[in-house]
Amino acid sequence: MLLRSLILLLLTLVTLPARAEQVVLGLSQDKVAITATFNGKEILLFGAVKREEAIQETPPLQVVIAVSGPTGPITVRRKERRFGIWVNTDAVEVDTAPSFYAVATSAPFSEVLSNVEDQRHKISIPLAIRSVGAPMDVANPQDFTEAVIRIRQNEGLYQKLDGAVRFDEQTLFRTTIQMPANLTEGNYPTRIFLTRGGNVVSQFETVINVNKVGLERWLYDLSRENPLWYGLMSLAIAIAAGWGASAAFSLLRRG
Amino acid sequence: MQIYLPIAEVSVNAFLLLGMGGLVGILSGMFGVGGGFLMTPILFFIGIPPAVAVATEANQIVASSFSGVLAHVRRRNVDFKMGTVLLVGGLFGAALGVVVFNYLKSQGQVDLLVKLCYVVFLGVIGSLMFVESLNALRKSRNNVPPTRKKHNWIHGLPFKMRFRVSGLYISVIPPMVVGVFVGILSAIMGVGGGFIMVPAMIYLLGMPTKVVVGTSLFQIIFVTAFTTLLHATTNFTVDIALAVLLLVGGVIGAQIGTRLGTYLKAEQLRILLALLVIAVCAKLGLDLLLQPTELFSLGASGGH
Repeated sequence: MLLRSLILLLLTLVTLPARAEQVVLGLSQDKVAITATFNGKEILLFGAVKREEAIQETPPLQVVIAVSGPTGPITVRRKERRFGIWVNTDAVEVDTAPSFYAVATSAPFSEVLSNVEDQRHKISIPLAIRSVGAPMDVANPQDFTEAVIRIRQNEGLYQKLDGAVRFDEQTLFRTTIQMPANLTEGNYPTRIFLTRGGNVVSQFETVINVNKVGLERWLYDLSRENPLWYGLMSLAIAIAAGWGASAAFSLLRRG
Repeated sequence: MQIYLPIAEVSVNAFLLLGMGGLVGILSGMFGVGGGFLMTPILFFIGIPPAVAVATEANQIVASSFSGVLAHVRRRNVDFKMGTVLLVGGLFGAALGVVVFNYLKSQGQVDLLVKLCYVVFLGVIGSLMFVESLNALRKSRNNVPPTRKKHNWIHGLPFKMRFRVSGLYISVIPPMVVGVFVGILSAIMGVGGGFIMVPAMIYLLGMPTKVVVGTSLFQIIFVTAFTTLLHATTNFTVDIALAVLLLVGGVIGAQIGTRLGTYLKAEQLRILLALLVIAVCAKLGLDLLLQPTELFSLGASGGH
């Protein structure tokens, strides 16, 4: 699957009209394995700019790297005081929000990318979230999307990393993205943009695969495919542990 | 040591979970409560998704109750006949509770109702127990033997049955009703229901305190096992890794708690439990009354 997409990508690169500047990317790893002791992962993204002409000095070339987690709808609820207690009153369905999103740039975001290009490629965090279906009776629906960003930024799931990309000689770039421990499984589309004067001059896309492995994988699959057996196994372990502790303690008391 | 939970999809400290399991296990062994009413809110607090917390807690209660009940069986403190009557009611109630829960979920306010349930029940039961045990303690200090009400309206009901271990000859209707009620609450609140059942058995059925703990543990095992299976097969929210860590701490704690309980007098035990119940109630009540720092909350689409 990954190989096929890579080959496709290479083919499209070959068939595209020759660009002045192109991204060549390396990843410290294109797979993240979630094991039992998984506690977040730092991924190193590095690469170079391939070009067949002299470096154009001004405006300087900049790099934007956006890593996104699997997207899905979420329900955002707002509390209000009713009858003296705080209860959920309004709810807004945010149609798509990535479970993880990190944008790293080689300079302050506003210098690297123009608003028009941001709108076109949906790069900044607010644009990665899409909400269309806010009910008419909800006041300030934009508060709800802002809440998604605020809450997930506090949890380290959304990261705005201005200036975190090191870019040497307008040719070599690298950055690290810290993926938190509470990561969800799936494909993490990773996009790299080269910009000049706020305009995207080249882009490259790849995928980082995040997967549970080993015992984690086995338990997860069992709980989905054979839920009854999984439930019975959980109970058996519970009973065995309860009996074991009881037996061990009565032995201790007698001994 | 951090450990990644496969179903909850979060990474937590393994020793924290072991310690939490142990502490709640001690309380469980001492008071004959499953400890769910403490553990479930703590699990929310450390960042376990609520659906996973409720389902996994049910599984953990099975373990700590089983461990606790064995110690009581050895001391012949379990009234199996009474336990079975409570259990029949409990299973029926749990099934009913799931229906009620799903109805509340469709109304979109399930979180609030669960919390209100906690506050109301913990508050009422905690204060009742506290006052009652204070009175009992004062009486025992004055060397007046505690009097158990021998006859009330409960003794007028039909379908009488003899419960030898409890020394009772009463109708099966009240224990059955208690069982159903506890079953409903356990399905809605994600608890074993011991904190409701223990006082109900003492004050309503007039069972001796000595057998109450063992008998309630006996009933809780089966009702929570049933709940675990329901959650595992319908919501896929039982996290076995989380459960194992909690129950390893829990079963050991329960053994210690059962022994600690024998050193305390019944009245002292009840005052402690009452204070604990009131403390949890106050914490949950304050959460509802005070303005939260974050007014917004994120939830899975369509869920709660």
